Amino acid sequence: MILALTDILPALLVTHAPALLVVAPMVLAPLVAMLPSGRLAWGFAVLGTGFSLIMALVLLGQVQSVEDGAVISYAMGGWAPPAGIEFRIDTLNALVLLLVTGMGFLASIFGWPTIKAEIASAKTSMFFAAYLVCFTGLCGVAATGDAFNLFVFLEISSIATYVLVALGAGRDRRALPAASNYLLMGTIGASFFVVGVGFLFAATGTLNMAELSLRLEDVEDNKAVLAGYAFIFVGLGLKAAMFPLHQWLPNAYAYSPSFVTMFLAATATKVAIYALIRFLFSVFGLEFSFEGASLILILMPMGLAAMIACSFQAVFQTDIRRMLAYSSVAQVGYILLGVSLGTAAGVSAGLVHLVNHGVIKGALFMAVAGAVLVYQGTSLNDFRGLGRSAPWTMTAFGISGLSLIGVPLTAGFQSKFALVQALLEQGWWWAAIVVVFSSVLAVIYMGRVLEAVFFQAPLNPNKRQKEAPLIILLPLWGLVLVNLWIGLNGRFLFGLTDGAAASLFGGGF
Amino acid sequence: MTDHHIILRVVAKVLIPFIALYGFYVQFHGEYSPGGGFQAGVILAVSLILYSLIFGIAPTMRAVTPGFARAVAAIGFLLYACVGIAALIGGGNFLDYDALVDEPVGGHLGQHLGIILIEIGVLMAVAGSMTAIFYAFAGRVSEIRDEDW
Amino acid sequence: MVDFVLERGNYWAIIGLMMIGLYMAFAATNLIKRLIGLGTFQTSIILFYISLARIDGATAPILMGKDYKSYSGGGKNPEGEHAGEAAYAVAEGAYEATEVGLEYVYSNPLPHVLMLTAIVVGVATLAVGLALIVRIREAYGSVEIDDIMAMDLAVAKAEAADDAAERPLSHGGSVA
Repeated sequence: MILALTDILPALLVTHAPALLVVAPMVLAPLVAMLPSGRLAWGFAVLGTGFSLIMALVLLGQVQSVEDGAVISYAMGGWAPPAGIEFRIDTLNALVLLLVTGMGFLASIFGWPTIKAEIASAKTSMFFAAYLVCFTGLCGVAATGDAFNLFVFLEISSIATYVLVALGAGRDRRALPAASNYLLMGTIGASFFVVGVGFLFAATGTLNMAELSLRLEDVEDNKAVLAGYAFIFVGLGLKAAMFPLHQWLPNAYAYSPSFVTMFLAATATKVAIYALIRFLFSVFGLEFSFEGASLILILMPMGLAAMIACSFQAVFQTDIRRMLAYSSVAQVGYILLGVSLGTAAGVSAGLVHLVNHGVIKGALFMAVAGAVLVYQGTSLNDFRGLGRSAPWTMTAFGISGLSLIGVPLTAGFQSKFALVQALLEQGWWWAAIVVVFSSVLAVIYMGRVLEAVFFQAPLNPNKRQKEAPLIILLPLWGLVLVNLWIGLNGRFLFGLTDGAAASLFGGGF
Repeated sequence: MTDHHIILRVVAKVLIPFIALYGFYVQFHGEYSPGGGFQAGVILAVSLILYSLIFGIAPTMRAVTPGFARAVAAIGFLLYACVGIAALIGGGNFLDYDALVDEPVGGHLGQHLGIILIEIGVLMAVAGSMTAIFYAFAGRVSEIRDEDW
Repeated sequence: MVDFVLERGNYWAIIGLMMIGLYMAFAATNLIKRLIGLGTFQTSIILFYISLARIDGATAPILMGKDYKSYSGGGKNPEGEHAGEAAYAVAEGAYEATEVGLEYVYSNPLPHVLMLTAIVVGVATLAVGLALIVRIREAYGSVEIDDIMAMDLAVAKAEAADDAAERPLSHGGSVA
């Protein structure tokens, strides 16, 4: 099906897909900023993200067209790498790009009603411009093969994100300190990353990631490389909300506009995790990361700690969005645990969970946004009895919630099962027990919500019977169906992640 | 407004055109020597900001409206992107200046044209957004009173 | 020992600045001071990259003498490739990675360009940060973290009390 797409589209689009994927939303952003009407801006945003989604599919098709996964290299401005900036797409990039563009597309479709309700109409077109810039940045991070370029795209997306988070101030002023805190932490994270890249540059004299991985082999004992490694690890860890560095996340998710929360939860931390994986496995290489720098001693305990501590914190939240935010940090822990195994199976399980968690959290936050739009209020009490007054919205919420717990037949089960399998293969049975224990905690915190939604009487009995609008329900159920499809037949996704893991372990690039 | 800023006003009136001119010098000389769109854009914006510091923000906003500043920034950015896309259509990669002009191998016209257009885009984007940022902050507070100088 | 320290004076200065900036960003209770700390931190990074570019006895990275002739003499290749080769050769020469066959030693131009981008990123961050602080000041009437946290805590406590009493929730933070 994807291959057919490459045949239909004009050759120009296919050959330049890596650039167009990033350029299309980038061109639309200033256009949208000048538009007077918010509705038109929304149309352009849907158009831009949809175009990027098609480009991502084309790239996936091209990468998959070869047995072991091809590598597409696109030289910006015709300057050949390693001197020029290169966009480099392999299976892993294509997978992450598909996640980002897909979630971006669905988010921009569903966003209109909630944005109309939450953002002042004079700011709507600027809001969509900021959203497109953020989207551009995330796509750029996932597409680029140049370490410094990655920093620039990371900051492009982050700066737009701070603005988007702060726009939640129309609803609750606490969005402002949350955004300012996020700005501080995010900038420090990005700065750490760029210091690390500087050390690598000092040791090797190149910024191209493929070239870096080759040259690093000769200078592995260099102290500058070790320092750079530490800086990059901490910097990207901050952006990815790795356990002790996640303090910015709960408030930013809880107070930003519903649309922004949904988009960020599904993409932003995922892209940072991708960058972390890319640096750990491709640039530094397995041997350096796991044997030389004993990454297992850091990544694994942090993953476990996140799974337990943040799941506990989620249990005690009364605000649903805050609870889901803490759960996000816990899920990052699952992904990092898979990665810390340092085996192909572990990384593959981590990647599957990365995609699944994007789909699950996207759907959950979408359903919450729908409920907030119609019924106001995000506390547990506000959600009581919604299962009866908004059955379609809340059923989708329920299925995604079960998937978050890891109930069989859903995507969440597939990834947790794969993770436990990979853990047992390596003999880490105690880690597998922690995974199960953390899932029990997920049963508690999701169960509390599901019970309130489906089995309790509404707090206010004359709450009117009303669903979220269709434009929210359609993308929401789209995500739920994807979730169930992965749950029933994970072969497609597992094929992709296995390919990506194999290319990571197959000697760098 | 009383007259005790007269020295400032007179000096600024003389200086501002030269600052703007210097901005353009940095811009167009930037192809062969240190300089370029970033620096030139900031210098241009500085001339505007200096004007508004001396003569007040309201007259500046009448001359260069905030909407215009934002539009200049957006158009500059679009110019940049359009050069890239023009190169795409011309058969090269994104931002491949050589593909801008159909010329024999070894010609420099595409490179010259490309970098000049790109730098003009950068100039507009930087000058526009710097001015817009300044307006966003300065437009929020009331005029500085004479006693506060 | 003294030589070891003195030879790397620039790095000591950079580390010092970096630590001062980081400490300010974390320890200051005033939001503006935090941003100043962040700015100091970013500036130290710029200095770090710039000192990476410097090479003893190197000249500005503009080809001259024989180098200029060998790289820009009219060949059949498009100019672009020449310029690319030359730039790369200069960068390689700066790191003594390969024999690049240049007559003069040039300092590395690349970090300067990178820092131009980093400066722009820094300016954008600063602008957004200051804009946020202006809005915080308008919404809370203060730019002190402690005051803001105290106000938020009061709102959160009221919300929790609301929840516990199971009354329909009245909205917390007032709209700015």
